[in-house]
Amino acid sequence: MGAPDAVAVAGCTDLMVVDTATGRRHGAVVDLQRLPELAGVRDDGGWIDIGAAVSFSQLRREALVAEHAPILVQAAATIGGWQIQNRATIGGNIANASPVGDSLPVLLALGAELVLASSSGERRVSYADFHRGYRETVLEPGGLIVRVRVPHALPDQFQGFKKVGTREAQAISKVVVALSARRVEVGGQEHLADVRLGAGAVAAMPIRLRRTEALLEGAPVGADTATRAAREARAEVNPIDDARSTARYRAHVLGRVVRRLVGDISA
Amino acid sequence: MRGNQGTLRRHETMAHIDHGRMVGTSPARTDGAQKVRGLCRYVDDLEFDGLWHGATVRSPHACARIVAIDAAAALADPDVVVLTARDLPGPNVLRLIADDWPVLADGRVNHFAEPVALVAAPTRERARAAVGRVEVRYEVERGIHDLDQALASPRILASCRIERGDLEAGFAAATHVVEGVYDTAHQEHVYIEPQGMVARPTAQGELEVIGSLQCPYYVQKALALLFDEPVRVRQAPTGGGFGGKEEFPDAIAAHAALLARRVGRPVKIVYDRHEDMQATPKRHPSRVRHRTGVDAAGKLCAMEIEVILDGGAYTTLSGVVLSRAVLHAGGAYACPNVRIEGRALATNTVPSGAFRGFGAPQTQFAVERQMDRIARLIGTDPLTLRERNAYRLGDVTPTGQVLEESVSALECLAAAQARTDFKRRWHEIEDARASGEGHALHGIGLALSWHGAGFTGEGEQRMRSPVRLALVAPDCVEVRVAACDFGQGTTIVLSQIVADALGLPTEMVRVVDPDTSKVPDSGPTVASRTVMVVGGILERAGRRLVRELGQGGAPPASPAEFVELARAYLTQHGELEVEERFEPAPGQTFDETTYTGTAYSAYGWGVHVAEVRVDADTLATRVERATLVFDVGKAIHPVLCAGQVEGGSLQAFGFGHLEDLRLSEGRPLQDSLSTYVIPTAVDAPDFDTILIENPTRSGPQGAKGVGELPMDGGGPALVAAIENATGIVATRAPATPEVLLEDLLAGRTLGPEAVAGALQAGEPLEGLR
Repeated sequence: MGAPDAVAVAGCTDLMVVDTATGRRHGAVVDLQRLPELAGVRDDGGWIDIGAAVSFSQLRREALVAEHAPILVQAAATIGGWQIQNRATIGGNIANASPVGDSLPVLLALGAELVLASSSGERRVSYADFHRGYRETVLEPGGLIVRVRVPHALPDQFQGFKKVGTREAQAISKVVVALSARRVEVGGQEHLADVRLGAGAVAAMPIRLRRTEALLEGAPVGADTATRAAREARAEVNPIDDARSTARYRAHVLGRVVRRLVGDISA
Repeated sequence: MRGNQGTLRRHETMAHIDHGRMVGTSPARTDGAQKVRGLCRYVDDLEFDGLWHGATVRSPHACARIVAIDAAAALADPDVVVLTARDLPGPNVLRLIADDWPVLADGRVNHFAEPVALVAAPTRERARAAVGRVEVRYEVERGIHDLDQALASPRILASCRIERGDLEAGFAAATHVVEGVYDTAHQEHVYIEPQGMVARPTAQGELEVIGSLQCPYYVQKALALLFDEPVRVRQAPTGGGFGGKEEFPDAIAAHAALLARRVGRPVKIVYDRHEDMQATPKRHPSRVRHRTGVDAAGKLCAMEIEVILDGGAYTTLSGVVLSRAVLHAGGAYACPNVRIEGRALATNTVPSGAFRGFGAPQTQFAVERQMDRIARLIGTDPLTLRERNAYRLGDVTPTGQVLEESVSALECLAAAQARTDFKRRWHEIEDARASGEGHALHGIGLALSWHGAGFTGEGEQRMRSPVRLALVAPDCVEVRVAACDFGQGTTIVLSQIVADALGLPTEMVRVVDPDTSKVPDSGPTVASRTVMVVGGILERAGRRLVRELGQGGAPPASPAEFVELARAYLTQHGELEVEERFEPAPGQTFDETTYTGTAYSAYGWGVHVAEVRVDADTLATRVERATLVFDVGKAIHPVLCAGQVEGGSLQAFGFGHLEDLRLSEGRPLQDSLSTYVIPTAVDAPDFDTILIENPTRSGPQGAKGVGELPMDGGGPALVAAIENATGIVATRAPATPEVLLEDLLAGRTLGPEAVAGALQAGEPLEGLR
């Protein structure tokens, strides 16, 4: 990976599209998909530890992922079509750093962390700190994503996911939202705690909706909270018009989806 | 195939049948196995010694003057050749209707991606690199980019008008007058194989082109004008067309041929998807204005319709697209007083062109939405209103044509009602909508459509369409026609028709590959004409061949007798070739100046019922079930026929709610398959397909055209179902979620109290208004 114009790949489903469209060429293409260090899903003391080169098809089949991160399984099932899911990997999705990557809001909502490696060694970063701007990350040149770690689900933890795509399959997201929150009983009434709300396609990178999270933290479960969260979510983003949708639609739908997911907590 | 196939199942297992009974069975297509196994060689798979590759320098502007073209940097590579308009051997025109479509831009460009110069090089990479090194200086001018701008300063490419009865008297007699304006957008064909062509000088020094195309003789005519020499045109296996390979192959063939003549070698040009989507024709955007008078019982008394099409930068086929648009604009409904006026306007966009339906899907979107509006006004359901007004036998169309046979609108409506219980379900949803809850909004909608088969008016008489059948061996009759198979299954279908006329199994009939040196000009593969018109002439040719083979004696009573007679004939006389041409039915005339008479010799009829689920949060629509009732006259090959109906309907649903192609300063925003969204297999609904066989005298064994009809009603049926589900009144196709949101915010609904409960619930839409 030391070569100046080398590129690491793990599935190639994004790279090949961009290279074909732009005529871009690379000095070297290094395939990581069969490195043992990047493979497999294992249980690791309160965390599930997912190899960066694990494909979305494999994620869909892993019992451990289904148990602790059902919304990651849901997201994996909405990416591209079956052929794409067979090749595309979770590490590739993260490294590609697209603002519309479908698994990324889920990792934000789940409070994931990444294990990064480079010639200077390994380090762990919270996934919430990974993206810096449009297709910009904290990964240094020549660095690799090795593992993706997701904490075990808690018994009172709710998870919700919704992708708003352009069609039923092979769809790129217009809006994607993932929610995780604990339901804590206070004075005979369920309240929300440890709320994390990830959103894609509403900013230059996948983001946590911090203002909406703050509104939801400690709020009572119910339709009124859901409606207030929708309004807050819509107000805190500034999406754009592009070839796939409009800013107004994205803002509207973000609100509706947040309302739906928060509403689902009481269902 | 999924869903209940209605009458089809019976046919599917009948692989071997008595001779004379091939029509109505579904034998395997001859090209199927090869295509499934990836062995079929499309134009980009063809190899030639010394092949070079061509590429195109295109305009980055929609409207500009070309100040200078400097190819010096490209020509630094000594193998590179660059051609501009100055290098043409003949007139700089691709002749269709008007002579305004240039081979290469000369002095100015009128649309984005217009070809300005051509490059050839020994490899595709070098050709593409050289394209980037041709420097073109432009002086950008203000263009006209859409219909609004075009209407403000119209340049008319074509116009026509139909008038029947007394419009003012009709409106005077009306109880209600209903007005509406309806828009449709560009639609891209998305044939799976992009445009591609090879041109080469043959050993004899002649020019030959081989490519992905629908109309070999169109290409030949275009090249004959440019080169003033006979050119041989062959169709390569073609991966889809949908009309997109009707006129555009003239251009790419001219480009390849110019380069091949210049370098003296074979030259291939194959577009990638991106270039294809930017540079090739699309469906004409439209705006249709309706003013309709109806009496208290809901009978139409007057229809005043204005049709505006966006023709793009050059006329190409706009005149004939407009003609078909206008002739279908009144829908499948009888009305004594009608005025329909149409205009195609020029804009600085890629020329709009042929696309399955050819203008009729646009105008039938409008008339079907208008009928839904009328139904609501008079307080009935959409099906009942259509029953009251649909054409019956003996009714008269706006051109004064008396419908004397094969009219099935009511039969299609009745079957659709029986299959779906439409009326009850539509009312139930209407009654429950406003008080409904939950995210999933269900709705049902329908459209009735008609489609004239074959060329408009006297087009077939002018075309004459010679076809030939040749007995080449005792057990082999060759079909020699210019009709192209580009996925529809023309080859097997024509061989079934001929087989029955000859009393032979299809195995004894061989359809030759279209090649202008081997087949007569039986016309282009367009206008739902192949089965009905070409097939009809072939049926006559088959009967004649049998007669001539019998030499005055009894015709052969079995395939064995045929082989015996054929062997004797071949020994005695050699190959037997017969030719037949189009013969109009007596009394069928059409006056193109007054737009009166027989517009089409036969019409297909169809009903789409779309059942949708709209997500109340995202306004995304899923078509869950589609009931398709189509009168095709005779299903020659029921499986392929149902394939046309279902595939065409899915394409129509895409037109109705998914396929959004917007332009910015004449440049398409959606020019890849990740941004231009067509339905996938997962988006396809469950189909319930019913084929009705109400024969016409004009087609073989009663068959009418089926290729385009399914495109007409899918869009409006889907949008009507969205209206039933949500209360949003969409007047534009595609009704994307973004369009529906804007309609909802702007109050384009059935009324504030009639909007679906789930859309009104919670935080409504504040902050967005």
